[in-house]
Amino acid sequence: MKFIIAIIKPFKLDEVREALTALGIAGMTVTEVKGFGRQKGQTEIYRGAEYATNMVPKLKLEVAASDDIAAQVVETIQAAADTQSIGDGKIFVLDLAAATRIRTGETGDTAL
Amino acid sequence: MMTPYRKIGAAISGTALSLIVSAQAWAQEVAEDIAEAAPAVAEAVEAAAEAAAIADKGDTAWMMTATVLVMAMIVPGLALFYGGLVRTKNMASVLTQVIAVASLAMLVWVMYGYGLAFGGDANQFISTGKFFLAGVTADSTVATFTDGVVIPEFVFIAFQMTFAAITVSLVIGGLVERMKFSALMVFALVWLTIVYFPIAHMVWYAGATPETTGLLFDWGALDFAGGTVVHINAGVSALVGAIILGKRLGYQKDVMAPHSLTMTLIGTGLLWVGWFGFNAGSALEANGSAGLALINTLVATAAGVLFWMLTEKAIGHQGSLLGACSGAIAGLVAVTPAAGNSGPFGAVLLGALAGVVCCVFVMKMKPKMGFDDSLDAFGIHGLGGIVGSIGTAVTMLPALGGPGAEDYDLGGQLVIQIMAVAVAIVWAGVGSAIAFYIAKLVTGLRVSEDIEREGLDLGEHGERAYNY
Repeated sequence: MKFIIAIIKPFKLDEVREALTALGIAGMTVTEVKGFGRQKGQTEIYRGAEYATNMVPKLKLEVAASDDIAAQVVETIQAAADTQSIGDGKIFVLDLAAATRIRTGETGDTAL
Repeated sequence: MMTPYRKIGAAISGTALSLIVSAQAWAQEVAEDIAEAAPAVAEAVEAAAEAAAIADKGDTAWMMTATVLVMAMIVPGLALFYGGLVRTKNMASVLTQVIAVASLAMLVWVMYGYGLAFGGDANQFISTGKFFLAGVTADSTVATFTDGVVIPEFVFIAFQMTFAAITVSLVIGGLVERMKFSALMVFALVWLTIVYFPIAHMVWYAGATPETTGLLFDWGALDFAGGTVVHINAGVSALVGAIILGKRLGYQKDVMAPHSLTMTLIGTGLLWVGWFGFNAGSALEANGSAGLALINTLVATAAGVLFWMLTEKAIGHQGSLLGACSGAIAGLVAVTPAAGNSGPFGAVLLGALAGVVCCVFVMKMKPKMGFDDSLDAFGIHGLGGIVGSIGTAVTMLPALGGPGAEDYDLGGQLVIQIMAVAVAIVWAGVGSAIAFYIAKLVTGLRVSEDIEREGLDLGEHGERAYNY
């Protein structure tokens, strides 16, 4: 099993979710996050006080997938979240040691 | 229809008019005076006395409305305006400070504030009498600006009470995010006593003789609704407080962006609406002068909004919501002394000028100065008040549509206005410094560094403004 973390632009969420649903992904977790990468932040000005905000708001998606579709999930997210511009985000893939569905106690791939 | 009770009321009102200026008018004495005076009011003049001394219901209804409008400027208006401008961790503290000092001002006002400001003839700097509202009854009246027109004294006391309450609340703008709550309360008590009440007397109290009339009033200074009394007074005091308190930790290093411009807009709207009570209510009657103040309060503010935003653009920034809200307040402040002393286009000029001057000061000059007037109480209320108070001499000009007479002496009035502004600045500067140092002696001024970092909400009040 793989644990896939994707940082994407907030307005891309629906496209990514639809693409992943089509792939058979049954669930994911979404968190509003802030961070910085190569994308420059913005300058905010309040009555002359300037604040350079280098932290840009993003969404963090967390998806668990079985080994056989993990690569497809990464490709799907990459294709759906791509705008060809700086700040589109990144996708990280981690090995996932175990998974348990709380209601039934199922483990492994069946728990995803 | 005139009931016997109303007839007696009329006689009492007539007598009370002359008694307003007498010191030490205790309730019992008033009753005795009236008992003595009543027979002296001959039958022949009874009708005239009735006509002269009964408060008009329309005036009374308007002044009660105006009073609660000014109340809405404080809580929630000013509280939200200021609250939105601080960081989340200090929101509850700002709201608490505003509601608490305003409440303190109201109680102090009925105990001795009214007595010191309007209580009766004493000298040019202070009144004495009517402490604890002694002698004031539901039948007492005070004169307005029209001969023979009166309003109930309780309504006048309540109206003026809200002015004291909002003025001391305005000072908070220079002190937020670092001042102890206890210190603020001590400061407010001392400041009201030695700064606000004397200045209100000096600007607005008409005594029986020049020696007992307020100093600035006697000079002929024009201040329709409180440019000197409220705005210069509060703005200068906030500046002095900001200097004595010192800067917030992290000033000009940390991000101190307003936590909710939405709240600030709501506050701005409530202030603007309430300001109709403040300015048009200062006519003390429901008449054309109040109507003039009403329209001026609309157009000066609109000019302030747009000219602040244009100035932002000219400086090289974008026109912003905070700029629009700040410009609205600058316009409102500037038109305050001129509300009934200006034509609508004079008011537009004042609002526009205040928008430009305050914006340039706040955005370009203040950041280079060494003080942290956190919410620009001085930059907007102090400076806008100075622009408005001096500008009122100009807006009086008949050529600008002002209500000045044909022989209106612009130069002479300008000198008087500048002198009045100077007196207000010096009095507020010295008096507020004394009040801050007394507070420092009693409680210490600043919260600990830990509390300042964690936020005054938890450190000073044990709560958060938001729990989610």
